[in-house]
Amino acid sequence: MDWDFKNAEELLDLCTQKSMPISEVMINREIQLGETRREVIFDQVDACLRVMNTAVDRAVADPVRSMGGLIGGEAHKLDNLDASKAVCGPVIHKAIVSALAVAETNASMGVIVAAPTAGSAGVLPAVLMSMYEHYDISMETLRRGLITASAIGYILIRNGSVAGAEAGCQAEVGSASAMAASAIVEMMGGTPEQCCEAASVALSNLLGLVCDPVRGLVEVPCQTRNTIGAVGAYTAAELAMADVGLHVPLDEMIQITYDVGRSLPESLRETAKGGCAVAPSLCAECSKEAAWEKARSLM
Amino acid sequence: MANNYIGIFDVIGPIMVGPSSSHTSGAATIAWMARQIFSGKPVKAVFTLYGSFAETYKGHGTDRALIGGMLGYKSDDVRIRNAYEEAGKNGLAVEFIADKETSVSHPNTVDVVMTAEDGHTLLIRGESIGGGRVRIRRLNNIEVEFTGEYSTMIIGHKDVTGTVAYITKCLAEKKVNVATLKLFREGKGKKAFTVIETDSFVSEELKDKILQYETVTSVDLIEV
Repeated sequence: MDWDFKNAEELLDLCTQKSMPISEVMINREIQLGETRREVIFDQVDACLRVMNTAVDRAVADPVRSMGGLIGGEAHKLDNLDASKAVCGPVIHKAIVSALAVAETNASMGVIVAAPTAGSAGVLPAVLMSMYEHYDISMETLRRGLITASAIGYILIRNGSVAGAEAGCQAEVGSASAMAASAIVEMMGGTPEQCCEAASVALSNLLGLVCDPVRGLVEVPCQTRNTIGAVGAYTAAELAMADVGLHVPLDEMIQITYDVGRSLPESLRETAKGGCAVAPSLCAECSKEAAWEKARSLM
Repeated sequence: MANNYIGIFDVIGPIMVGPSSSHTSGAATIAWMARQIFSGKPVKAVFTLYGSFAETYKGHGTDRALIGGMLGYKSDDVRIRNAYEEAGKNGLAVEFIADKETSVSHPNTVDVVMTAEDGHTLLIRGESIGGGRVRIRRLNNIEVEFTGEYSTMIIGHKDVTGTVAYITKCLAEKKVNVATLKLFREGKGKKAFTVIETDSFVSEELKDKILQYETVTSVDLIEV
């Protein structure tokens, strides 16, 4: 029995053949290719979940300034928002607090789990921690959520890109959002097809998202981008659970995302030369540079 | 032992000190590997940063990650944040040179020159190639290429006929299977490094046996 798969189509075939959820196929694949045991995998999944949880709690309870100095304290501030002013409801509120928090922990040299990257590390914990807090989900289900997300992430890495420098933020936060969307669907008892549909919609909803870090740092706008990755995952998951969506196969959407990513101008692929990175109010240097450019063009 | 597939924890992982897998985690791993290869305790480490490393190393904590790796911390060790203080406590002098002029083949490249108390030095060039993965490209003036994803043995020797035969015979006797074997040399009959990636752990006993051979000058191990 060969448990390996190259894309979403092959993954879904395996799920159908074996009547298994995505997480179970991924576990069997890992046991086969990694020559490992189920308990070893679950121990490592737990280690990841612990790091995610601590990365959230630390920044909420004890905020520190980031290395680049552009962020710090946002998660704590949002966590303390007066209930009368909160508009998102408790689940989404917890998700966006968590996404901000992990981004802060990351930017202040705390310990995080890249998922799939450090810049997008807030999305998956945001969804997992908010689901665990607000829904009746066992640890076992939570572990399976993480493993399902890894299956979608693997397909993205293999057939697309998860590097902002190559394919923009859609490849980082977009991929994380797709992974998290599939995790929600499996944790809520959806089918493997619905998991892939959720991932496809999540990707399409962030299609074209640019990577434009101010001063080249993983701080602004990366921190708030992580919140939309998490919220987008919830939206896509709920759509998929109702079988509402684009009905574009995930493999096709990954190819589309990859093609769009590579056609983005270089200035919008992590080079800090476009987008928010050159917003005059965010970047003290760019207003000067813009003035120079203007002066030069008039010469 | 690493296998050539993308697994669960290649996607959900690495567990690492932020903020960047290539600028922070990869940098820590390069320095950690350099420390493993260096025989003796370094009292001084000079890091020359090229390309994107040279441009943004402070904001990404690349400097702290490199010092941390040099102190033997892995890329998920929280002490990396306070690496400057830790270096002071451990008697390690550090220096950073941002070289924005020299062109290098990979944008995230660093040269690490370590000096021991007895004055011997070693230069290692590393590249951070994404997702926290790294590649070592130079040992002193010899071009090499290995990743540290397997158990790796780095054998310094003179380029003399029979040396590699002796090494592989030692490995075979201990039933250590070779994944890759490459010989890199200054020139015919000059200094060389043989880098062997293996599928299993290499014992100290095996290391000592290889070291006994007359043309072998050093044997260093990187265990993942």
